[in-house]
Amino acid sequence: MAQDRSVRDFDWWLLAISLVLCGVGVLQIYSATLDSNLKTAWWKQIIWIVISLVVMWLMTQIDYHTLLGQVPILYAISIGLLVLTLFSIRVLGAVRWLGYGMFKFQVSEFFKIVVVLLMTKYLAELKSERLEARDLLRLGGFIGLPMLLVAAQPDLGTAITFVPILAIGVLIAGLRWQHIATILVLCGLFAWPAWMTMKDYQKDRVITFVDPGRDPQGKGYQVIQSRIAIGSGGIWGKGATKGFQTQLRFLPMPQTDFIFSTFAEEHGFVGVAVVLGLYFLLLLQIVQNAQTAPDRAGMYICMGVAALLLFHVLVNVGMVVGRMPVVGIPLPLMSSGGSNLIAMFMMLGLVNNVRLRRFVN
Amino acid sequence: MSIIETDQKEQERANARLLKDDTGFAAGKIACFQYLCVAALGFLLFNFWDLQINNPEFYNERAERNRIRSVPTTAARGKIYDRENRIIVDNHSSFKVRLLREHLTFEHLKPIADGLNMDYDELVAKVKRFSSQPKYTPMPLKQDLTPGEVAFVDSHKGDSMLPELDLIHGQQRLYPRGGLLAHVIGYVGEVTEKELNEPEFARFTQGDIIGKTGIEREYNEILMGVDGQRQWVVDHLGTLRYPVDEDKPAVPGKSLQLSLDLDLQSVAELALENRTGAVVALDPRTGEVLAMVSRPAFDLNAFAGRIRTAVWDEIRNDPRGPMNNRCIQPFAPGSTFKPISAIAGLETGAIDEKTRFHCNGVATFYGNPFHCLGHHGDIDLHHAIIYSCDVYFYNLANRLGIDKLAEFGELVGLGKKTGIDLPDEKAGLMPDPKWKLRTFRQKWMGGETINVGIGQGALSLTPLQLASAIGGIAQGGVWHKPHLVRDTRVGPPRTANWNPDNVDAVVRGMYGVVNEGGTARGAYLPGIELCGKTGTAQVVSNAFREKYKQYAEDFKDNGWFVGFAPRKNPEIVVVAVLPGGGEHGDHVAPIVRDVVKAYFDKKSRQAAQKQVADYKARLNSVLALVAPTGAAQ
Repeated sequence: MAQDRSVRDFDWWLLAISLVLCGVGVLQIYSATLDSNLKTAWWKQIIWIVISLVVMWLMTQIDYHTLLGQVPILYAISIGLLVLTLFSIRVLGAVRWLGYGMFKFQVSEFFKIVVVLLMTKYLAELKSERLEARDLLRLGGFIGLPMLLVAAQPDLGTAITFVPILAIGVLIAGLRWQHIATILVLCGLFAWPAWMTMKDYQKDRVITFVDPGRDPQGKGYQVIQSRIAIGSGGIWGKGATKGFQTQLRFLPMPQTDFIFSTFAEEHGFVGVAVVLGLYFLLLLQIVQNAQTAPDRAGMYICMGVAALLLFHVLVNVGMVVGRMPVVGIPLPLMSSGGSNLIAMFMMLGLVNNVRLRRFVN
Repeated sequence: MSIIETDQKEQERANARLLKDDTGFAAGKIACFQYLCVAALGFLLFNFWDLQINNPEFYNERAERNRIRSVPTTAARGKIYDRENRIIVDNHSSFKVRLLREHLTFEHLKPIADGLNMDYDELVAKVKRFSSQPKYTPMPLKQDLTPGEVAFVDSHKGDSMLPELDLIHGQQRLYPRGGLLAHVIGYVGEVTEKELNEPEFARFTQGDIIGKTGIEREYNEILMGVDGQRQWVVDHLGTLRYPVDEDKPAVPGKSLQLSLDLDLQSVAELALENRTGAVVALDPRTGEVLAMVSRPAFDLNAFAGRIRTAVWDEIRNDPRGPMNNRCIQPFAPGSTFKPISAIAGLETGAIDEKTRFHCNGVATFYGNPFHCLGHHGDIDLHHAIIYSCDVYFYNLANRLGIDKLAEFGELVGLGKKTGIDLPDEKAGLMPDPKWKLRTFRQKWMGGETINVGIGQGALSLTPLQLASAIGGIAQGGVWHKPHLVRDTRVGPPRTANWNPDNVDAVVRGMYGVVNEGGTARGAYLPGIELCGKTGTAQVVSNAFREKYKQYAEDFKDNGWFVGFAPRKNPEIVVVAVLPGGGEHGDHVAPIVRDVVKAYFDKKSRQAAQKQVADYKARLNSVLALVAPTGAAQ
């Protein structure tokens, strides 16, 4: 079927927007890590981008229907790796990554793709227009298990990113109002025991989210410094590499989780508007691919990716302006780091995969 | 068509749609998602609008405060000089360390206390006390670091280990060694919390170094200066990166010139040796204090930095009270009061120069015997002063009455502060019936008047008061306010309109005390007309002393001597007292003699030097006239 696909069918706009965001990210990583022991991070990021593009191209080559056929195996392998990670963390006291040196990777990041495929496979094969309670429970179970494994690492931030993928899927598949109501009630019921079992630093994050000024030097420090950085940027910003908050390291993790506040400090409201606009265009582009998808499976894949991207942007950017809890999830495409970048490009590859096959049949 | 057929068709159509894998059913929901994207990004953008466009000033200011730290540049306190511009108090360079509380980690206090040789519990308590202050206000930790402590701070600040330490270069007081002038100069120290609540210290902030006693306190405003500030850009660890141009330089404190003469001071300090006592030397013509010694003393340098608790306790708990400036503490004056009685008697007409009283060692007044140390027979005023005859002055006091005595006592400055520029001056007491009624709710007894007449009873005065009073009497009734700082504006002197003959009678008596074989003949100085009066004040009555013999050590007499010279137009008046020293006034007189001798020796030496200088100058001018012709040849 390869002859049916042409270069023109590839979503060049999607790629262009992504690469512009990556470029902005690299520049900002350069500025944020200038004069620090991480000053090589920007060219490492370029290497990651190149690797990501290759992986993206690979992801477009295998028909997504073939991938969907392998979901049980992918799922099993991923769960196995997550257990292995958890084991090494809990027993050996290791970190969240598997592998060595530069090629450490975070299994939980790649599990997002498996979640997208799993959701798609399950919902696309449903033969009814409305979702039954047992489907919901089964799907919830499939995704709930890895969520627990990731949350136990403990990496609550990444675990929560599985939720929007599941949510967009079941909402499109036809979730009943009764189910929504039931879920909300259950969430309410589980909130208390969940709070009780949370680790102190996780509780602190929630408390800090509610009231960042409570302990300005402690837990709320990051958010307050981030808001200071953003606010002092003004309309036009202080200029690249001129952000004092960034350059004097008042901002925590200026090249990863808080990259957007350093960007906002140095490039101001105008820069922020442009970048948020780019994310918006990227989202629309993915959604457009969902609308033109040849089948339900393609549609679900695209919507899952879109929902995940929106969630990431909303939570990360919401966090830097102090409107979301500090859960440590990166800003897709811009934050420094390989795992997230590759996972994101793999998902964009999936979207292109769907697009390239839209005229099939 | 049957109903079943219809159902089947319906079912087939539905299956066909599923088989076609139609995505149309999701169109509405996808549109909803698009709106959600708009809403989410709009929400985020609104937040940036709020931060960056609506109130960037607020965050700008916060960012500034983040990155700019004011580092104080300590203003040096003013130096203190003596009357000949010789330095008494200097400064030396030193380091102090501050605690930057915004970077404070509580666990770090232990290593900090260890590294700076501080008491951990004291440090914790201080940090807690300080917690009411805003977080960005640094807390002063320690002054005058040793080189080892400086190295400790230097090696730990800035890096992540102890980012809360901040080393500051400053100036430290350098005082004369061995307690010289300790009471006059006083010491400086960090303003205490208690002081901060008083209006006098309201303008200071915690950590400011202020004068606590003596001149340091009295002239704190002049000496202190204003700390400057230098703005530095700091990073998140508090490391100073580079200074910002806005720079407020420190204004050093102004220097003071004291009226003290270091030479005279040294002589006085040496003359007093290690005995507990005080010496004051005044220039009666101006009220300038030339020397002021109080013993025991303490080393001011122990207070220059932060005084160690052990040293402080040792000084404070010393039963001899080394912190007290005895020059401005009151003691019973004894016979040194007699010149005041004498001038009072002459001026009121109660006696005249020729009035004689008979002394056979005891006299009876109001039914009680009053003793004298000798049997002086018929004695006039001149000899009564020379031999310090008590019976003469009992009679004089009896004729005068307490009201007249008190009036003259107050006239010469007793019972009230002289107003010298030192804190904590005591007023002493010039007793009178009103005072007794007020204090004890008792009637004045006639016998008390008799005792006051010879400087006993409730009467008490400070060495400084006595020097001022006698100096004024010797000038015929002119009292300048005693002062230590030279260029202070001193108001016009108090004056009394006395008959010069009466003044001369008293002065002649005091001349006789030293020069006519009187009680202080040992203080005779050839060529110098030293006049004076001894005093040996009993602290308790004879009867009391007899009763408590075993405590005799605690009730020793106060030995006094007041002397001035020359006889006409006196230039110097000196008072020495050994309170509770058990010594008689004639043993105190040599202290005064030494100081007076030093004064005149120096004066003649200076005169000789001036003569030599004048001669040289004249010679030079003559040579200058000769030289041109010589050069021409």
